[in-house]
Amino acid sequence: MSASAIAFYCIAAFILITGILTVTTKKLFRAAIWLLFSLIGIAALFFWMEVEFAAAVQVIVYVGGIVVLIIFSIFLTNQEGVKMPSALTKRSLFAGLAVISAAAYTCTLLCNHYWMKGSEALFDPSVKNIGYLLVANTPESFVLPFELVSVLLLAAMIGCIVIAMKAQPENK
Amino acid sequence: MSEIPIEHIMMLSTALFFIGAYGFLTRRNMIAMLMSLELMLNSVNINFIVFNKYLFPDTIEGLGFTIFIIAIAAAEAAVAIAIIINLYRNTKNIDAEKADHLKH
Repeated sequence: MSASAIAFYCIAAFILITGILTVTTKKLFRAAIWLLFSLIGIAALFFWMEVEFAAAVQVIVYVGGIVVLIIFSIFLTNQEGVKMPSALTKRSLFAGLAVISAAAYTCTLLCNHYWMKGSEALFDPSVKNIGYLLVANTPESFVLPFELVSVLLLAAMIGCIVIAMKAQPENK
Repeated sequence: MSEIPIEHIMMLSTALFFIGAYGFLTRRNMIAMLMSLELMLNSVNINFIVFNKYLFPDTIEGLGFTIFIIAIAAAEAAVAIAIIINLYRNTKNIDAEKADHLKH
């Protein structure tokens, strides 16, 4: 087993253990911190797959943005020290049963599927190619989705401000 | 990296997706449910990049889809947290079981 394979299995174990702790730990703030580690593990997996741009975006958007947002919202809703009540035994039993059987079914499908041989071309996810993919003036590029995502982000920003704004008192 | 079969990476993403699904089914705190949702979205990102790198290395379209998913996930998390904070301001409670004002 080469060093690369050992690195992959270490990263996979790290992601799965921190993911399980995210969904099982009792304290909400600890769950957020475990989620942070799980997302860092996924960024490490992207680095291992030599997709550096995706790893950088993962660290910047998820670790630097979404987890910080979640931690802020935990503090704003006064949940930081609260112990969450454990789920009903019936509910966690049935959820665990459903999840384990679905995962086993998916894994059998994966193992029995014949994966076609990938082409031998070199995978080149450089920033230059990503730029050509997103905004180049060719029929294959993703110009329209790129513009739509920018409109979506603007709409989400305005929507967040409108939703979270304090309502003005009606009569002064 | 070529000696790792594609099935192992996809089993990792499957396991991560169903861990998120388990959390989404058992947790009743809205912020904890949002965290489980983030785990599920990330497992999908892993799948897109693995398919792209192993099966179609001559293009990078899977990577483009991953970037779009990350952008949309950021927008979704921001809107969800705005709704949660507004709900907390009105009811002092972010339990999904108790947020049933629209039912009655």
